[in-house]
Formats: sequence, C-alpha cells, structure tokens
Amino acid sequence: MKHTLKNVFHSPRFLVGFIIFMTILLTVLIYPYFVQRDPLQGLGKGFLSPGTYVSVYDTNNAGTYRVELPEANDNRLEASVPVKDRQTMLDYLTAMGADVSGLDTSNENFHALLEAWNANYDEADAKKNKYDGFATQAKRNELRRLNNRLTSDVTAAMSVTKGEGEAATVASVATSDYVKVSEVANSISLPLGTDNFGRDTLTELVKATGISLLVGLIAGSIATLLGLLVGLLAGYVGGIVDDILMFIANIFTVIPGFVLLILIYSALGAESRGITTCAVIIGITSWVWTARSVRSQVISLRNRDHVNLSKLSGHSLFRIVTTDILPYIMSYVVMAFILQVSSGILAEAQLSMLGLGPNPNELPTLGLMMNWAKLFGAYTSSNAWWAYFPVILVIALISFSLNLMNTGLDQVFNPTLRD
Amino acid sequence: MTKGMRKYFKKKIFWFVITFIAAVILNFILPRLMPGDPVNSIVGKNISPGATQEQVQEQIIYYKHQFGLDKSIFGQFWDFVKNAFNGTFGVSYSQYPRLVSDIIGSSIWWTVALQLPAIIVGWLLGNLLGAVAAYKRGIWDKGLMPVSLFFSAIPAFGASVILLVVFAVTLGWAPVNGAYDPGMIPGFNLKFIGSVISHYQLPFWSIVLISIGGQAVGMRSMSIYELNADYVKYSRFLGIKDKKIVRYVFRNAMLPQVTGLAMSIGSMVGGALVAETIFSYPGLGMSMYAAINSSDYPVISACTLIITIMVLIASFLLDIIYAFIDPRVKAAQFD
Repeated sequence: MKHTLKNVFHSPRFLVGFIIFMTILLTVLIYPYFVQRDPLQGLGKGFLSPGTYVSVYDTNNAGTYRVELPEANDNRLEASVPVKDRQTMLDYLTAMGADVSGLDTSNENFHALLEAWNANYDEADAKKNKYDGFATQAKRNELRRLNNRLTSDVTAAMSVTKGEGEAATVASVATSDYVKVSEVANSISLPLGTDNFGRDTLTELVKATGISLLVGLIAGSIATLLGLLVGLLAGYVGGIVDDILMFIANIFTVIPGFVLLILIYSALGAESRGITTCAVIIGITSWVWTARSVRSQVISLRNRDHVNLSKLSGHSLFRIVTTDILPYIMSYVVMAFILQVSSGILAEAQLSMLGLGPNPNELPTLGLMMNWAKLFGAYTSSNAWWAYFPVILVIALISFSLNLMNTGLDQVFNPTLRD
Repeated sequence: MTKGMRKYFKKKIFWFVITFIAAVILNFILPRLMPGDPVNSIVGKNISPGATQEQVQEQIIYYKHQFGLDKSIFGQFWDFVKNAFNGTFGVSYSQYPRLVSDIIGSSIWWTVALQLPAIIVGWLLGNLLGAVAAYKRGIWDKGLMPVSLFFSAIPAFGASVILLVVFAVTLGWAPVNGAYDPGMIPGFNLKFIGSVISHYQLPFWSIVLISIGGQAVGMRSMSIYELNADYVKYSRFLGIKDKKIVRYVFRNAMLPQVTGLAMSIGSMVGGALVAETIFSYPGLGMSMYAAINSSDYPVISACTLIITIMVLIASFLLDIIYAFIDPRVKAAQFD
C-alpha cells in the first residue's frame, strides 16, 4: 500500500493534477474564513467590472493628504479623454477638411488638438454635411457626447459639500488632494466584479465551486458504489442474477444518460430539485460503465487459484469478495471514481445550462452561474467576461486535474502505457 | 450470410428493440410524474378574466379531452404510442394547437446537419493527432498531449461561449446567433446558402474542438499500447518495413476507438445540444430548451425520444461496422 502510494506520487501527471485539485479544494475551504459575505447577496445592480469600489460620499469625510504625482495631469487627461477619443477627434477634423498638421494624440499636444476641435466642431454643421465616416446618426451622437465631455474642464479644481444640513461647508478640492483608501469608511474590492444580480462574482464562484465539487463527489460515490456492487454481484454470483443485472445495464447503456437526466429532472420540477437530489440522480444514472468493467474483471478473477482455495476453505461470500477479489480491482475502482466525479460536475453544469439545474434560490453552482451569464447576456450584450470566463476556467481546471490524476494512475497501474 | 452472423445480428436487433421499448415507456412515465397540472396553467393563461366557475370547468374538461388526459393511464399510453408511430407526437401544450411533429420537424434537420459532420470530423482529426503523437513522440507528444488533455477538459458549452465571444462578438467574423440571416427567406439560392454556411462555422468548430481532445488522448494510449505489442517487435525483427507495420498498428488501435465512438455518441450529443442553445441554433437542443422553459412536456419527451432513437441507430450501425472490420469480433460472434 505504502509502496503503491509512493509510486503514484512519483508520477508527474498525477502530481500536477493532484496539486491543481488540492489548490482548488483548499481555496474553497479557506476562502469563507476571509470573506464572510453571503454568496447570493446582491451588492448592487447589474454587472460591475472588476476593481476596487470606493464610496464617493465617504471620501469627502476622509482626511486629505497632499501628494504631488508628476504624471498626475497626464493621467487625469488620459482618464477623461482616452487616446481612442482623441483619435476620433483627429479623424473628424481630417474628415471635415480642417488643418491637422502638427496635431496628434499625445498628451503634450492635447491642448492644440482641443483648440482645433473647439474652433471647428459644430453639431449643426456635422449634421448638415455628413462627413465621410461620420454619416450615421450613431456616429454623430458619439461626437456630441464627446464634445459635451470636452467642454467641462478636466483640469480645474472642483468644489464639494462636506457634512450635512447646517454644518455643511463648501470646501474646494485641489488636484493634489488625496485620500487614503483604508481611511474611507466604505470601500469594496471586487476582483471579479459582480454578476447580473450584483453579487460578488468571486465569492459566488468559490461557493459554487464547493457546491459543484460536492455534487460531483456525491454523484461519483453513488455511481461508483452502485457500479461496484452490481459488477461484483453479476460477475461473482453469475447465473440468473447476472442475466437480470446485465439486462438492466444494457438498457441503461443505450439510452443516453443525458436524456434520462433531462426527463427525470423535468419530471421533478424546479422546487424539488435540491443540490443533494440532483447529485443522487446523476449518480444513479451513471453507474453502468463501472458495473460492466467491474463485472468483466471479476469474471476473470473468479476462477483464479487463490479464489478457489478460499472457497474450499469455506470462507463466506463476503470474505472472498472483500479479501480475494476487491484488492485486485481497487485500482480500477479508484480511477473510475475520479472520472465519475468529473463527469458528475459536468452533467450538473450541462443540465443547468438547459435550465434544469438545482433550485436557483438556494445555492449557486457552476452550472447555474453559466446559465445566469447566458440568460442575462453576459457574453453578448453586456460583454461581462468576469461573469462566465472564470467559471469555464474553474470547470476546465477541475476536469483537467481529475483527468491528469486518472492518466497518472493509469500509467502507474498499467506499465505498458508508461512513457 | 453465415449462421453465426445471423445470430449476431439477431442478438443486436433484439437489444435494439428492447431498449427502444424501454425508452418509449420511460418517455411516457417520467413526464407524467411532474408536479402541477398542465391543463390548469393553459386554462389560466387563455381564459378571460370575467369567466365564471362553470366556464373554467368547461375549459378544463375541453383541454383534458384535447390532450387525451381524460382517458385511463393505459388509454393514454396507447395514444402516446400511436402518436409516436404516426409521427405527430401529439399536441404541444405551450403552442396549442400546434402539433409536436411540426415544432420538431423543422429543427431536427439542423441538428443532424450540424452534429453528424462535426462529430465525424472531430473523431477523424482527433484520431489522426493521437496516432501522430504516439508514433512521432518527442515534441509532438510532449507538447500536444497536455494541450489535448486540457482541451478535452473544457466543457462543450465553455468552448462554445469562448468561440462565440472571440469570433462573433469581439472580432465580428461570424454571426452571433441563429442558423441563417433572420431577414432572409429560406430557399435554394446562393445568398441563403452563404448565410447558412457562415452561421454554421462556430457551432461546427466548437463541437469539433471538443471531440478532438478526448479522441486524441484515447487514440494515443491505444497506439502506444499497440506499438509495444509483441507482434510489432517480431515484425521489426523480421525486417518488415516500418510503413507496413504502422498500418497494422493503427488499424488495430482504431478498433477500440470505433467502439469508443459508439459508446460516447450519447454524451457527445448531449454536449452538442447544449452548444446549440448557446448559438441559438434552431436545432433540437433549442426546441428542447424552449420546451423546458415553458414546461411543454409533450415536446420534451418527443425530443428525448428522437435523440434516443438517433443514438440507438448510430450505435447500432457502429456495432455492425465494428463486427465487419474487426476479425476478432467476427471470429467470436459469427462462428
């Protein structure tokens, strides 16, 4: 046993897979101790892109510090009029035939560009002449919005109201005034932004990964145990038991498991589909392959000398199976279990994508997150990559790590496959 | 046809029929276990607000009669079987009085035209890559295998979403959804066919991409196994040309892959159906998705029944092909 384990951990494939899987598992277990937010709690409305969000109101009440960043003005300029917009300005000036010599999109020449823009841009003129490349209404609206932004001066100081009611004082904020983020009463870091419900995607993702792993684990355990039991019975007992069990197995083989799942899930209805129910159903529809392989291996073991000897010694059926047969097929069973976990997670995700997932009001799963991303247009209209890409990545990493472990084990147990 | 061959086919056909019957029964029973009464929800949707209790009852009886729900369970089963065999599959609940066959008839061909070529191309490409990796080893193997393993780990819907975002939304090379330009009228002309082809690309390649990875991994280990077999060593020893040996090796390695295809075709179709919903491709997957969301059970069970039958036929055909190309099976089963 110790020797086998040592061999297994010497396989680089198994090791890489194991490390990836353990990293995911540990993250799932440890993360809740650091962030104690309810994963289904909405923090805002709609998709927020990843970043740190600081309360504007509370920044006014935080202490100000004087910081002189040499590139502050340039950064400010870049934030309010990005290079893309400057290019649009330049394109428009070129299209209308203004003098653009010496103008470019750099920070140094921005003032010259702005002057040329102010001198030449006129909304009515743009509408009348329909310049090349700016002929559509959408394009002209874009220009108008840009112009509105440009007319509010980007470098001047602004004034804010501090305090409330009669104690309110108007203070002016200089461009060199800074607040310390840790002193602002309310700020939140959202490394993966929020989803369509305004939920913190990272917290939700970690919770969902845990739930999906649990689903895979339950489904995999049930499938493997059932498969093992049926395979052992059919293979060792044989006769009529074998015939009946294999008859059932044959039916389950040819009806696609996915179709069966769709039928059972839709028969259950959304309210009665809890996480455990979902996992158990996936488990009891996917035991067939394990059962078949176990059966064929047991049949080849059944008439070995050591098994016959055990029978002659009058050992019970239970003892023969557990001590003389199980150890020989254990490596296969472990490998089958790993694959079952992986396909259980995938099955849940696919069913959720079809709208047949677990009850969406209880807990998030990876499949439900994908389904929400689809329903709320995360990858088309909202372009919110953070709502679906990390989910796909996590699913891929889980199956990848499990597959790696499986091939690693395969190489250890089947020497012909070794490189 | 020898006696053994007949026996083999008889056995296969027997299982085909048995599973078919089981599938029909499951398709009948499971949707009827669902909570809630479909008739009540339809009546609730269609009745005018001021209707009296009697009118509501009248409506309920009317719809129950229309759907055949007033008959005994055996009568309903008989209706179900009759409808399945005459190809109408009964009446849709959500799009009453449209026939289920009408809804599915238009979508099934999109699915067949999409999935059949995609699964075959993916299978061929995957096996080719796996064989090359096993034979060449070195860089091919070291670089290709982890990549294939990773690709085979990406779920079908994940790959579809990534392809959709990269090629359709960001780059704008392909249309975002549908099977053809919505402004067009389907017809046999160049413009329409061009539109169909450009809409076909993304769903097609996403299914191909998924099947490549898994097939390549399987083919590689089968080929390595065969390359180390005694007959290869012996042939090398005899001085038989490498090219000739390789042909034998890959033919032998290919055989389990054919069975592998027969076994996995069910799960492949499942993944491909989910991929369809991402591209809003108007196939069976999409019909089923719409039916699930509107609890239209006749459509759901018709879809699942058709998928089961298609998978049954595919694996039946593969079994027969397998019996013909594998001399070992031929020897074992036919004599």
